[in-house]
Amino acid sequence: MALTFKGGLHIPDFKLTAKLPVIDLPGDKLHYFPITQHKGAPLKALVKTGDHVRVGQKIADAEEFVAAPVHSSVSGTVKDVCPHVNSIGIKTETIVVENDMKYETAENLRPVEDISALTTREMLWVIRDAGIIGLGGAGFPTHVKLNPPKQVEFLIINGAECEPYITSDHRRMLENPEEIIDGAGILSKLLGVKKCYIGIEANKRDAIDTLRREVRFNSGIEIMKLKTKYPQGAEKQLIKAITGRNVPTGKIPADVGVVVINVDTVYNVWRAFRKGIPVIDRIVTVSGDAVNKPANFRVPLGVTVSYMIEKAGGFKAPPQKVIIGGPMMGFAQYTTDTPVAKTTSAVIALLEAQPTYDPDMPCIRCGKCVSNCPMGLMPNHLNKAALDRDIDAALRFNIIECIECGLCSYTCPAKKNMLQNIAAFKPMAMKAARRGSTSGK
Amino acid sequence: MESNKYIVSAAPHIHTKSTVSGIMRDVIIALMPSAVFGCVIFGWRAAAVIITCIASCLLSEFIFTKIMKRKSTIGDLSAVVTGMLLALNLPPQIPLYMAVIGSAFAIIIVKQIFGGLGKNFMNPALAARCFMLIAWTSAMTTFVNPMMGYGADAVSSATPLAVMKAGEGTLPSLRDAFLGFIPGTIGETSVPMILIGFVYLLIRRVITPRIPLAYILTFAVLTYFFGSRGDMSAAEYTLMQLCTGGLMLGAVFMATDYTTTPTTPLGMIIFGVGCGVLTFVIRRFGGYPEGVSFSIILMNVAAPLIEKATVPRSFGQKGGSAS
Repeated sequence: MALTFKGGLHIPDFKLTAKLPVIDLPGDKLHYFPITQHKGAPLKALVKTGDHVRVGQKIADAEEFVAAPVHSSVSGTVKDVCPHVNSIGIKTETIVVENDMKYETAENLRPVEDISALTTREMLWVIRDAGIIGLGGAGFPTHVKLNPPKQVEFLIINGAECEPYITSDHRRMLENPEEIIDGAGILSKLLGVKKCYIGIEANKRDAIDTLRREVRFNSGIEIMKLKTKYPQGAEKQLIKAITGRNVPTGKIPADVGVVVINVDTVYNVWRAFRKGIPVIDRIVTVSGDAVNKPANFRVPLGVTVSYMIEKAGGFKAPPQKVIIGGPMMGFAQYTTDTPVAKTTSAVIALLEAQPTYDPDMPCIRCGKCVSNCPMGLMPNHLNKAALDRDIDAALRFNIIECIECGLCSYTCPAKKNMLQNIAAFKPMAMKAARRGSTSGK
Repeated sequence: MESNKYIVSAAPHIHTKSTVSGIMRDVIIALMPSAVFGCVIFGWRAAAVIITCIASCLLSEFIFTKIMKRKSTIGDLSAVVTGMLLALNLPPQIPLYMAVIGSAFAIIIVKQIFGGLGKNFMNPALAARCFMLIAWTSAMTTFVNPMMGYGADAVSSATPLAVMKAGEGTLPSLRDAFLGFIPGTIGETSVPMILIGFVYLLIRRVITPRIPLAYILTFAVLTYFFGSRGDMSAAEYTLMQLCTGGLMLGAVFMATDYTTTPTTPLGMIIFGVGCGVLTFVIRRFGGYPEGVSFSIILMNVAAPLIEKATVPRSFGQKGGSAS
């Protein structure tokens, strides 16, 4: 029996690229590095126009601990530091590097010789210096996650990849199993946990088998088969499936003794320790029915979406929608100039943008959103509360717990854009809740 | 600029193919076996009632939206479902003008006045049936024998429920009651036909089995232990009660109406149990031999309260470490 949680739904997975080995793409002429790619303190550029940079050189950093630096993926000249569109469609400060195609590496990229000689603090700094953040999409600095406020029991490595189309983590597990298992060992040691679980959805049978072959007896690492169901890879649902524990409202996984790290993040931790290479490339799935030759590419960070589309044989026909990330939680793009950042796991181009909203159709109270909600919420009531701007009702129906997985909008036969309403209202409700609690109510 | 041609909208970017009219179409398909069976055993008169009800429901909805200057909603097929459900709940010999008035009542008074699809607080077809039962009691309670040969004159006949209630007259065999060769409304007599529709709705995931099962089980258990079975055995009496009257049709097609039932899983079960208890109480102690329509619309009224009381505990409220 595959493990799972209550609620959720199996949705057609369209994993067109699951069997396609990763293709290495060379760099493009211009590389765009958004300065701040993580959730945390904003970074400052360390280079200015005209500077020469090398592969792996730190080009942006902050003094705060809750931050992760950005490194150049190519060598060349800094052409400009200017606003450029990022994957959520906002123009942010971006370092533009003109690639000289020489790929000279920075001289300070050295592996850690003896990991056991490092203190926990030193290990965390190795991870921070490598610019590692949650590469599954969350973008939270990994070293902060690995420094939980209390001792945890389990490390869970997230290889669920429950979003349709995306296969970048799947390919990572198939092509770098040794590195992932070694990385898991490094992280287990760092966290001081005896047990590490790697959770993988049952539709990635080959990845489960490959990793199981790599795990040595008694190493404390166990591969867990999870039911193929969206959103199996959401942090709280993953913890529930594997440990049976519910993360309470407003708490973090460490409060139930767990730290969850994405599988590609683990690979990058391994590379930072064993090779001394920071996050300068990633696997991106280019897929969707508008793409001629869907593929998994390993690209140096900073190349644009249009560059990858071109390498994937271009568009069959002009797509109506281009999405960065998965179709359930990703962001629709208005341009293909968007660069690949650390958390860009996929680019999906769809010939037909399905209508996402029908203003004429009323809710018929079918209850599908309620029975599918992985957080046990009532999206029908939350949607109404959001539209009525009724903060009390929203809080009563636990709007704070919504993980914005989008299943309610996905299943709604009346095509109500529930997630959009709920997600837009959530920050307001949370602010009111905080005000309420500080006023001593 | 080339980049202007992409559509930008909020996630999620994909959706199920399920639509409201698709769901209504599934319900219509699920009702077809019962409707066809009704036409076969009761003849052309049944077909006339069904067509009259559907046509008058559509027309009422069309006229009402026209008068109110709203966008026409007949395309969502919900009026067709209401018309079919109402027709299947009427005796085949009902005068057609009554069917027309009943349909208009269902659509205009019960559904549209309260805001249309998704806003009505009672099942329109059942509310209309109850209205008709009170307005034209004798026409609504005069049933005929199924005339398989078509040559026979329609002979007025008491339904098995009325026979059991009165304790006099002859009951059909259990086999006939199950298969549907008994007097009754157009769509309620044949259990197998209703079950075919039930299975279809389950396969298409239009409904969950929660309400029908809770309803039928509650009713069966109460009837088995507390029914006034006379000289019948408890099992025989219970089966006869289950196979006759509108219980099966009501449990599968009426008590599962989305709009007028709770959306919470626990609420659905409470709703079903409530329907079962009320049906039993009305059949056992009430003045009418049949109580399905009244119990469902009474529970419809209670549905918002049930839903309020059964808000599921959220993921986070289920609390901390399970260790």
